[in-house]
Amino acid sequence: MEIGIPKIRVDAADKVTGAAKYTGDLEPRDCLVARVVHSTIANGRVVSIDVSEAEKVPGVVRILTCFDVPDIQFPTPGHPWSVEAAHQDVSDRKLLNQRVRVYGDDIAAVVAVDDVAAARAVRAVRVEYEEYPACVTVDDALNSSAPPIHEEKPDNVLVRSALSVGDMTFDEAAASEPDLLRLEKTYETQTVQHCHIEPPVSHAYMAGGKITVVTSTQIPHIVRRVIGQALGIPWGDVRVVKPYIGGGFGNKQDVLYEPLNAWLCQQVGGRCVKLEISREETLANTRVRHAIRFQVEAAVRPDGAVVARRLRADSNQGGYASHGHAIVANAANCFKQLYRDRKALEAQCRTVYTNIATGGAMRGYGIPQADFAAECMADDLAALVGMDPLEFRYLNCMGPDYEDPHTHVKFNSYGLKACMEKGAGFIGWKELREKYRGQTGPVRRGVGMAIFCYKTGVHPISLETASCRMLLNQDGSVQLQMGATEIGQGADTVFIQMAAECTGIPAGRIHIVSAQDTDTAPFDTGAYASRQTYVSGKAVKKTGAVFKRRILDYAAGMLSRPAEALDLRGGEIVDASSGAALLPLGEVAVTAFYSLDKSVHISAEETSHCKENTFASGVCFCEVEVDIPMGKVKVLNIVNVHDSGVLINPKLAEAQVHGGMSMGLGYALGEELIYDGKARPLNPNLLDYKLPTVMDTPKLNALFVEVPDPTGPFGNKALGEPPAIPVAPAVRNAVLHATGVAVDSLPLTPQKLVERFTQAGLI
Amino acid sequence: MYDIERFYRAKDVPDAVRALEADPDAMLISGGTDVLIQTREGKLAGCSLVSINQLPELTGIRIEEDGTIVIGGAATFSDITNNKALQSRIPILCWAVDQVGSPQIRNVGTIGGNVSNGVTSADSASSLFALNAVVELTGPDGVRRLPIADYYAGPGKTVRQHSEILTAIRIARADYENYGGHYIKYGKREAMEIATLGCAVCVKLTEDKRRVDDLRVAFGVAAPIPMRCHETESKAKGMALDADLLDAVSQGVLAEVKPRDSWRASRAFRLQLVSELSRRALSRAITFAGGEIHA
Repeated sequence: MEIGIPKIRVDAADKVTGAAKYTGDLEPRDCLVARVVHSTIANGRVVSIDVSEAEKVPGVVRILTCFDVPDIQFPTPGHPWSVEAAHQDVSDRKLLNQRVRVYGDDIAAVVAVDDVAAARAVRAVRVEYEEYPACVTVDDALNSSAPPIHEEKPDNVLVRSALSVGDMTFDEAAASEPDLLRLEKTYETQTVQHCHIEPPVSHAYMAGGKITVVTSTQIPHIVRRVIGQALGIPWGDVRVVKPYIGGGFGNKQDVLYEPLNAWLCQQVGGRCVKLEISREETLANTRVRHAIRFQVEAAVRPDGAVVARRLRADSNQGGYASHGHAIVANAANCFKQLYRDRKALEAQCRTVYTNIATGGAMRGYGIPQADFAAECMADDLAALVGMDPLEFRYLNCMGPDYEDPHTHVKFNSYGLKACMEKGAGFIGWKELREKYRGQTGPVRRGVGMAIFCYKTGVHPISLETASCRMLLNQDGSVQLQMGATEIGQGADTVFIQMAAECTGIPAGRIHIVSAQDTDTAPFDTGAYASRQTYVSGKAVKKTGAVFKRRILDYAAGMLSRPAEALDLRGGEIVDASSGAALLPLGEVAVTAFYSLDKSVHISAEETSHCKENTFASGVCFCEVEVDIPMGKVKVLNIVNVHDSGVLINPKLAEAQVHGGMSMGLGYALGEELIYDGKARPLNPNLLDYKLPTVMDTPKLNALFVEVPDPTGPFGNKALGEPPAIPVAPAVRNAVLHATGVAVDSLPLTPQKLVERFTQAGLI
Repeated sequence: MYDIERFYRAKDVPDAVRALEADPDAMLISGGTDVLIQTREGKLAGCSLVSINQLPELTGIRIEEDGTIVIGGAATFSDITNNKALQSRIPILCWAVDQVGSPQIRNVGTIGGNVSNGVTSADSASSLFALNAVVELTGPDGVRRLPIADYYAGPGKTVRQHSEILTAIRIARADYENYGGHYIKYGKREAMEIATLGCAVCVKLTEDKRRVDDLRVAFGVAAPIPMRCHETESKAKGMALDADLLDAVSQGVLAEVKPRDSWRASRAFRLQLVSELSRRALSRAITFAGGEIHA
């Protein structure tokens, strides 16, 4: 058995010793350096750019501006391309833009011999603008009399959508019973950034008429396509190489600066050009998690049964569409799925262009936002009917038979309630709810919780396809090649475990080709949507079966026995019924390669087109201590319990949960990109953007309820993104329990808490 | 890659003074934890630097015969925190500078740089104010000394002349002996942080340990430069160690501070912190001075 073993990750030693190669380690000698010139307004138009002084800076090779780029608009999100025009991503930006839509928009670029020359030239570029009023919030953009941010969307609304469940409208349902209790609330989430350790970095060079771009990305095959689209060149003329990467969390599920890098390389005759984005640029000018405002209403029976809910969600898109409306649409789905409305649910969503940083994909894809709204509401409804929040959830949460009426995604395995039981036991829910009742004094404690559900991959909203290749080496070891990417989550390790499981070849004899080179790697859309162990895992399983059969077929010839009577176990060809060793795999391999009679390179390559999906779920419980006069929240104890099916590698699963919980705590307590009235980011650096440090992080506890999922290739389902989802509402609900104060917006910063505690008379 | 036009490593203090005199654009660099950041940001791009990094005569910490503490301007935060002589005499400062940034920053950042930046948030500054520290400057005309309160000229500004070097910080025996002190840094996280507010309190009790003999309350980020609350301090003199004292101090300071409203923190929030931190710092300082609060 190779599944379920806490195998040490295959890249651990190389990453610890520094032997692992990242994009920056692979730069060719004499690489030129590019820097982007960013706009100093948020909304307007570049009238002219004067580069005369900048060109005089020694070491400058070329300066290119928004007046030089191809007149091509292209999409950037890391979605599979749709062959139907109606479902294609929005193409709303050029390589460099005359129409400025965010503060720090890319308006020109300098190519120079080194960083210092490039930076000096950037500072010497003079720009003349026509400036329009900036839109910071959704309301600004909807009310604004300014010119539309994109002429294609005159009212600044990128997309509107609506969904409903049940035969009644919300209003009908709310009036249908005499003694329903009503709740009306607004919950708001903030703009945050991924803060992956390695900023976006790439280098590009031309050879043989092709452009090679080496880049830190989650989605090499998509990057190849978008470079082709943006430059107007055949996709096959582009080669993208993805080495190890220092985190992505969704920001690198977007095509950020690779097309610009490729184009700059073209403009200097194919010489290698490196484009490394600084931390400040990453925070201000790449992608962020959408801030979403949820205006919600609910009608609930006195016994706690939810009868109807209504949601209006407005998502702040920032300047460019990127992943766009997919985020808030996903949020509305989660809001719908998580609770059983006895009679009606209505949701209306808008995604609105503004002039802040562009919202894109970020771990959870709209669900952390939706979960904050849904789970704050659950606690507020429980309080309204005087019910224990855990009991409220048992009564109302989605059950094992739930199937989404629109997408038809369902639980093929269900562990949500078991997770709640396990987590409640771990934290001591009942005792703490009782113990912390009716406290007084400046320092008080509380316990809170939040549940969530999450799909596994993107089917049926979008295409799910994955390919895998296995090649036999002369010594009987295997080259495993995936289109799916290792982005720090441990994909390489679990793919090896899966390949070992389904071929009978020991994990130690399977070598994974970690880097993707789009010229040679099998096709896969990449690491996002918590999809790879599920979707790409199916490709491993399918390929492994074919590969094993081919080996056995060859061995059958050598042994003059029928292949059906043979099996491959522990790297040996064995008698299928007795298990007796017959032939080492190494001997089969060397014979297959060098036989004068029948030479064959044994290999297999298969595509798995996945048309299944399944819900993962889970819960977070946390205990906090609130220092009221200081506005400080200290997390005393916290646990996430996950229903993610079979764990391929329990240690890696636990690590994944730790990382997500840390991200959730930052979301809950401190992280927020702040903009001034001109949509200028005030804190695009890691001093003022309060990412939690290890000193702020409590012991993180990760537990699991392992219900095998019949649709998962090895009983597994999503775990990549879910750990980040339930933490923030659990913290908020714990603060509510401790203080009686319901804070309805993220993050729970000290200043906000002091204001709220003062209003509540606690200070 | 840093955009540094010229770099001169001084051999000793007089050599550094000469190098500064020779180049009106030159700036001092010691630990580099601020200068390099500003160079990277482009604010100091193309700068000319004179380095006094780790000059032996600037890194020492010693106690003079009359008990005066002398801390070299290039002593790092870690040097100060780990110094036994300081730990027994002015633990408040050892603690305060241990709140700076991160271990890496504390190993290279210096107290001279911290003070000479002139910023109100410097973690060493409010404790030095509460200790009545004296700044020693060495320049072309020799050495001059002035109280730390006179060193600050405004936000980001000190009275240090272009060719002067902060060579030492001095604290007289009478300013620390028999005082208990405590510094609270209020940040939004527990490390890698700049103070939202800092409060340093030094208190000396009467011999019977029942009353305040002398009190010093200093703040960072409660005004454009670090400051003391002299009126509150003098009102507290002679008061018994009870709840009235804590109320008087935590209320009194509100009338003296002038925090500003900014996106980092509102004035109202800072005032709340001023009041609460002074109460908490005073309580701890009294305990350290051997007293007990009878609330």
